[in-house]
Formats: sequence, C-alpha cells, structure tokens
Amino acid sequence: MRRLNLGVAIPAAMLVLVVAFALLGDYLTPHHYSASNLLSRNLPPIFAGGSWDYPLGTDGLGRDLLARLVFGTRLSIGLALVGTVISAVLGTVLGLLSARSGKLVGGLILGVIDLQAAVPFIIIALAIVAIFGNSLTLFVVVLGLYGWESYARLVRGGALSAHTLPFVEAARTIGVSKMTIDRRHILPTVFNIVIVQATLNFPQTILLETGLSFLGLGIQPPLTSLGQLLGEGRDSLARAWWLAVIPGSLIFITTLAISLLGDALRDRLDPTLRRS
Amino acid sequence: MSFSFLLGKLLRFVLTVWAATTLVFILLRMTGDPVAAMVPSDAPQVVIDQYRERFGLGEPLFIQYLSYLRGILAGDFGISFRTGGSAWDMVAPRIGPTLMLTGLSLLLALVVGIPAGMFAAVHRGKLLDRFVMGFSVFGFAMPNFFLGILLILLFTLSLRVLPAGGFDGPSSLIMPVITMGMATAGSYARMTRSAVLEVLSSPFMRTAKANGVPPLRRMTHHVARAVLVPLVTLAGFSVGSMIAGAVVIETVFAWPGVGRLLVTSVTDRDLAVVQLVVILAAATMALSNMLVDLLYGWLDPRIGTSRRSGGA
Repeated sequence: MRRLNLGVAIPAAMLVLVVAFALLGDYLTPHHYSASNLLSRNLPPIFAGGSWDYPLGTDGLGRDLLARLVFGTRLSIGLALVGTVISAVLGTVLGLLSARSGKLVGGLILGVIDLQAAVPFIIIALAIVAIFGNSLTLFVVVLGLYGWESYARLVRGGALSAHTLPFVEAARTIGVSKMTIDRRHILPTVFNIVIVQATLNFPQTILLETGLSFLGLGIQPPLTSLGQLLGEGRDSLARAWWLAVIPGSLIFITTLAISLLGDALRDRLDPTLRRS
Repeated sequence: MSFSFLLGKLLRFVLTVWAATTLVFILLRMTGDPVAAMVPSDAPQVVIDQYRERFGLGEPLFIQYLSYLRGILAGDFGISFRTGGSAWDMVAPRIGPTLMLTGLSLLLALVVGIPAGMFAAVHRGKLLDRFVMGFSVFGFAMPNFFLGILLILLFTLSLRVLPAGGFDGPSSLIMPVITMGMATAGSYARMTRSAVLEVLSSPFMRTAKANGVPPLRRMTHHVARAVLVPLVTLAGFSVGSMIAGAVVIETVFAWPGVGRLLVTSVTDRDLAVVQLVVILAAATMALSNMLVDLLYGWLDPRIGTSRRSGGA
C-alpha cells in the first residue's frame, strides 16, 4: 500500500509543480514572453555565469527564456486539455450514436472510424495544415480530432453491451426516449472507459502539439509553446544547449507525470485489471 | 486459409486505399479553389487560369473526381508546385532511405524489446522487471524529437563521434535508428511482458512444468509460440507509429526520406506532394494490416476458417 502511494505521490507532485509554474510563473519574472531586448541578446543562464535579471538567460532576440517557458507551458498544457476534451466528447457522442443507430448511420460512423485509423494522425494533421493553411483555430480543431476514434470505438463496445442490460431494456419498454436512455443509463456505464482513454490521450495530445510546433507547423510566433521553443532552441544547440534542453525536459516531465498518474488511475478504474 | 479469406483481405486493402484517396480529394476541394491555395495571391490571372486548365477545374465535380482517380491509377499524382516536375519523381527517390530507417529501427526494436519483455515477465516484480518497465514508460513519455536532440548534443557536439545529420555512410544511421527504435522497443517490451505473463499462467504451461520440461525449453517452445500472435498484432500496429515517427525524426536528423519531404512540402503548401504522401502512408498501413491478417491465418489456422471470412 505504501509503495502504491509513492507511485502516485511523486508524479502528482511533479504535475502540480508544472501546473503551478504555468499558472503562477508570471510572478517569477518581470519580462514579457515576446518582448525582445536587443541589448541583452544570448545571455547565459545563472548556472552558466548569468545574472538574476534573466535567471534562465535569453535567446537570440533577447527574449527572456523563463517568461517564454511560463507562457509556452501554459499554452501547451491548455491546448492539450482543450484537445483532449473535444476528442473525448466527440468520440463519446459518436460512439453512443453508432451503438443505438441502425445499419446505415452506425456503419457510416464505423467507416469514418476505420478511415481515421487507416492513416497515422500526424500525416492527417499535416495534410489539413497544408490544405487549409495555419491558424490557431484550425490547430485546436486538429488537436480535437486527434484520437476521437479510439473513444468512439471503446464507447461503442461498452454501449452495445449496456444496451442488453435488463434495466436498459426495461426503460426502453416503458417508452423512455433514446436520448434519455443514453444520458441516464448508457453514459454512466461507459464513463470509466472514457476517463481511462482520456488519461492515455492527454499526454499523446501534448506530444502531438509540441511535435507539430517543433516542426514549425503548429503554434506560430509571436505565440509560443514548449514545442516551438524546442524547435527554436535547436538552431543554437552548439552555442546555448539550454535553449533546447530546458523546454524539452519540461515536455518530458509533463508527459511522464501524466502517464504515470494515468497508469495509477487505470489500475483503479479498469475492472479487468483490478483482479490481478 | 480459404480463398474467400484472402479475397476479403485484398478487398479491404483496396477499399481503404480508395477511401483515403477520396478523402484527400474531398479535403482538397473543400478549400473551394485548390489553385488559389497553391498559387501565391499576387500571381497574374494568366498563371491561375493555366493551373485551372491543367487541373480540369472547369469540369463538374464528379468528372473531376473520375479523372483524378483515373490519373492515380495510371500513376499520375499531379505536378509539384515547387519544382514543376511530377510529384512522383520527388517522392520516389526518398522511399528507399525511409524504408532503410524504419526497417532497421523495427529490427532494433524487435531484438531489444522482445527479449527484454520476456526476461521481465519471468523475473516479475524483481529489479530487472522494474528496470524494463521503467524504460518502457520512459520511451512512451519521451518525445522522439527531444531524444534526437539529446543524442545530437551528446554524440555530435560533446563527444564528436557521429555526424549530426544527413546521409553519408552507416554512421549517419546510428542516431536516427536509436531514436526511432528505442521508443518502439519500449512498447514491445511492455506488450511482450503482458503476453508472456498471460501464457505463463495458462494450464498447458503448468502441465509442461509438471511433466518436467526444462525452463529454457518451456520459454523457447511453449511461450514463444503462444506470444507470436499478440506480437504480430503489435508489429502491425507499430507500422503506423513508425510512419509518424519518420516525419519527425527525419526532420531532426536531416534524413533525405519521405517524412522530411512531407514536412517541407507542407511548409511550402506543395499539395500534389502532400496528397501523394498521404496516399502512400494509407497504402503502407493497409498493406501491413493485410499482411498481419494473413500471418494470423498462418500462425493460428482457426482464424482463417471458422471466423467470418467476408472482410471489409
């Protein structure tokens, strides 16, 4: 029991620290994340002989890395959260719909699920960006489309078996509407599945966002995200390794903490794992 | 394996590629005017009209769709907006390097991941198991682009033993293959471990043990055979994640493959090339899914005969 608590406590503490950094980090530095100061370009961080004016140093345009990290973390986590919620809702609704619909609508939804699963999502995302151009709204849509098909498939499976439960059949017999049955009876039985899938989807969405931004095809300047910072830092790797390593480490710590917490949550929620 | 089983799988392959191709067509037309998306906004009207002529945009949508499909069947994937040459000529020379990178990574993942997973399962709960599982979580959470950058920092900038990128000689392969192979090896180890654990607790393993079959022989003859089916599934699944990985890793290491071409083409909005790469990715995944299904039928003869054989 004690070991289990430690396995939750450490990643939880890591995540709390990262979130606190994202939300309260503005108090750590007086500088604005996109304000460039040409007189203080390429300053080293404290551990490489810098000053406390810029604790983590500055980039090639004289922008404060600490302020950029705070904003980047906020945007990366926020976008991933929004993306996860959108795909969870979309996938759940379509999964419920496909389970209760006839062959035509159900088959159509299954076809779209198969189609999305047929191509790696980053390729779909890149194609969308290539065709429609790059904007923040579109980028949120892309993140929201990521992984909905996994929710839909799982929810559909859960809902199909829930539809055969006696109390659901009873509700149907006395004429409760499909909408109400889904909301009151089916949704609660598949809710755990959705939560478990969301813990898997969330870190993956962070990696998708940071990956696309790293490639220069996600978040665009003057906005910044952890991936975009890493992509910028990559260009000055030989001169100032910290510009890439610090944002990269933050991405890693965040996804690691969420994955570990997700593992712990899955063990608790997933009835098939609970036995062993 | 029955003939209808084979035919069903083949039909599924064709359907998937067709659906992906159609989706690309629909997406392209959803922008309204693909020429407007491809040509700079200050282009003279003559140029725009010329492009429109070439793409047959004056025709009704359905006719456009048919001629688009006919073109693809004939191997005509359109003209690269950047080079003016055919899109296929840009993609074709890059398929080899990408296959080399992904093939070697898959090999590395198999050679490292499967034995690691087996050892972890046999020594469940011990230090070795913890180490393997920790490594697997690490591989899951570590962004491949960051791992690549860390490797460049260590081996190129600090130790100065490996080239940072490009494609000259076997030494250029080491870092990209490690970057791509390690994450995959982690997931292989995890899956192998749980598959082996499941087999180890099955009745036939108890019987083998009771009959005095030595431990090593139990692993090589009983367990290895039983975990083949889940592992084939996994190898099939990882084709998708390797295609996705190639996009990022090839960019990090300036590898002259299809993934890096896709990124530069998206940046330049070279839609003919993007469209071809999407179709290629869908075809590759559909092909690997088909191979996995056929391997199932071969590894486990029950699958090809008793279960539904309609496919699609």
